[in-house]
Amino acid sequence: MSGAGRGRGSVTFIGMPRSFRENAAEAMQDAQLGRNLRKATHTIRGKRARVVEELPDWAELREAGRAVKDHTLRHLDRYLLQLEEAVTRAGGHVHWAADADEANRIVTELVRATGESDVVKVKSMVTQEIGLNEHLAAHGITAYETDLAELIVQLGDDWPSHILVPAIHRNRTEIREIFRDRMAAWGRPAPEGLSDEPAALAEAARLHLRERFLSSKVAISGANFMIAETGTMVVVESEGNGRMCLTLPETLISVVGIEKVLPTWRDLEVFLQLLPRSSTGERMNPYTSMWTGATEGQRFHLVLLDNGRTGVLADEVGRQALRCIRCSACLNVCPVYERAGGHAYGSVYPGPIGAILTPQLRGMGSELDNSLPYASSLCGACLEVCPVAIDIPEVLVELRARARHPRSERMAMRAAGWLLADQARLSRAQRLAVRLRRLIPRRLPGPASAWTDTRDLPEIPEESFRDWWERS
Amino acid sequence: MSAREEILGRIRRAVAEAPEAPEAGIPRAYRTAVPCDDLAGLLAERIADYRAIVHVVPVALVPARLAELAAGKRIAVPDGLPAEWAGPAREAADAVLTDPARDELGAADAVLTGCAVAIAVTGTIVLDAGPGQGRRELTLVPDHHLCVVRADQIVAGVPEAIARLTPDAPLTWISGPSATSDIELDRVEGVHGPRTLEVVIAI
Repeated sequence: MSGAGRGRGSVTFIGMPRSFRENAAEAMQDAQLGRNLRKATHTIRGKRARVVEELPDWAELREAGRAVKDHTLRHLDRYLLQLEEAVTRAGGHVHWAADADEANRIVTELVRATGESDVVKVKSMVTQEIGLNEHLAAHGITAYETDLAELIVQLGDDWPSHILVPAIHRNRTEIREIFRDRMAAWGRPAPEGLSDEPAALAEAARLHLRERFLSSKVAISGANFMIAETGTMVVVESEGNGRMCLTLPETLISVVGIEKVLPTWRDLEVFLQLLPRSSTGERMNPYTSMWTGATEGQRFHLVLLDNGRTGVLADEVGRQALRCIRCSACLNVCPVYERAGGHAYGSVYPGPIGAILTPQLRGMGSELDNSLPYASSLCGACLEVCPVAIDIPEVLVELRARARHPRSERMAMRAAGWLLADQARLSRAQRLAVRLRRLIPRRLPGPASAWTDTRDLPEIPEESFRDWWERS
Repeated sequence: MSAREEILGRIRRAVAEAPEAPEAGIPRAYRTAVPCDDLAGLLAERIADYRAIVHVVPVALVPARLAELAAGKRIAVPDGLPAEWAGPAREAADAVLTDPARDELGAADAVLTGCAVAIAVTGTIVLDAGPGQGRRELTLVPDHHLCVVRADQIVAGVPEAIARLTPDAPLTWISGPSATSDIELDRVEGVHGPRTLEVVIAI
């Protein structure tokens, strides 16, 4: 991790400094990973299609979702102030963090003020984005992930690879090994003779975390939505670990990106239909928790995070990425994600949405971030399933135009520009090419080989069209 | 400059040139009411889809059914549970823990509550911490949640439910038992929340 300047995301996957293409090429050697990803993406995409089909007004819901988000983002300052006032009125405390460092500092101080050195966590992408667990650990505070997949990732000292099912790259046997070898170091050990049945593994996680839920004094969460009008926070989940963390501890700290605000209570009637059906492919996810300010005697802190989001907001093409509700539907239909897997994107935001969000949040300074806009065939499936109609291909093309291009490509483009600018010059070059046509190799040498590795060079005809036209 | 002023300033600069997106321009052409002749039937079907247990019971028979379900169990109950349907269940239960403290919750085999609203299309019950529903942890820690839905509490779709609810009190939306698909996408019912959800729809 590096403090890459105020307002920029700072977390990079360690050991992932290479380009997307290199990461993907390596991932594709892993046959097990390929099978897992294929099964996962195809299963979820099938479920999604079935439950979306059930709603005759899906297109209208999607259009409303897009418009609510665009309206909110256009007036984000007003809605954040309204949210702050409503949360404060309901007994909550609101903090503002311009970047990852500031958010990490605020949360660390809030935990310290409680005197606790352990916290339980609800699955939250934004706290991964800012590297909160690592920051807390450096200050003597242990953060325990409680979502089953996040637990697998944490115990395995690993990285999430999917937005919805972060441990999808692991199979049951690997998970049993991780539980058997690592649970004891984090609390209650795995039961003797643990089998690799998913039900047995889920039971092991239940036992491992139960005491911790009941005894923890501090919890950290994100949120799926925040309602400006009422100050209400919304968390959707499946397992009940979210309810445990949101309900039981004395202090609750929610770290939420500023783009998660919605203007009115009524807006939930749109998003609570769009999100579950797009995400898990269910009519509704098992549990949704909504609370407003300090609830049932709890202390509540809300940390509003920018960390590069206002930079995205300033971009007239890229700002639509801030509509994202993190459903992961775009991952499950993407032919590139299906083959490359989540780790190749080197970010907590993988898949098509990651390919446009990560370079905008982090900038395109590294080789990896510079290569992400190319992690797509531009097939458009992501746009089709996006519940808030983010035109991911449009943003990808825009970012490609801004990416740093290799010297050889820049030189070739300059040469082509010079050649095409003058008719006489072009004709002379064409005649030269015709004369040399037997000498031009099928594969270009040096850096230009990158072009011919994946493409055939066009055949050069015996006579150029211009010459033929003039002759006949 | 505080982070608050800095972020607000950045937002204002970022959207200064952006196209207008007025509130009045938000199209709400989606359905805000879904026609449905058999709300209870649809609710029962959709809850059962989540592999929860559903009983559709005439109002008059609800007390006896609840007594059957509570028999032999240690039952936690919130304050304000209607005596007319919960009375026999209290008598049939092995023990009744009324509004128990957290450290007593582990001793309950099941918790018996009402709800605020139920959504037929999605198979969802919503608790709003009102009478007969209790604090949030009451329906979270015990492994078995027994919930009674009255016919007049059922609405068809999500928009009707949102219109009936206010977020002044904490809300818990429940659609089936706790579940995970985190391991090879195999669905397992029951991780941290109640592993059994049993809904009695009183018609």
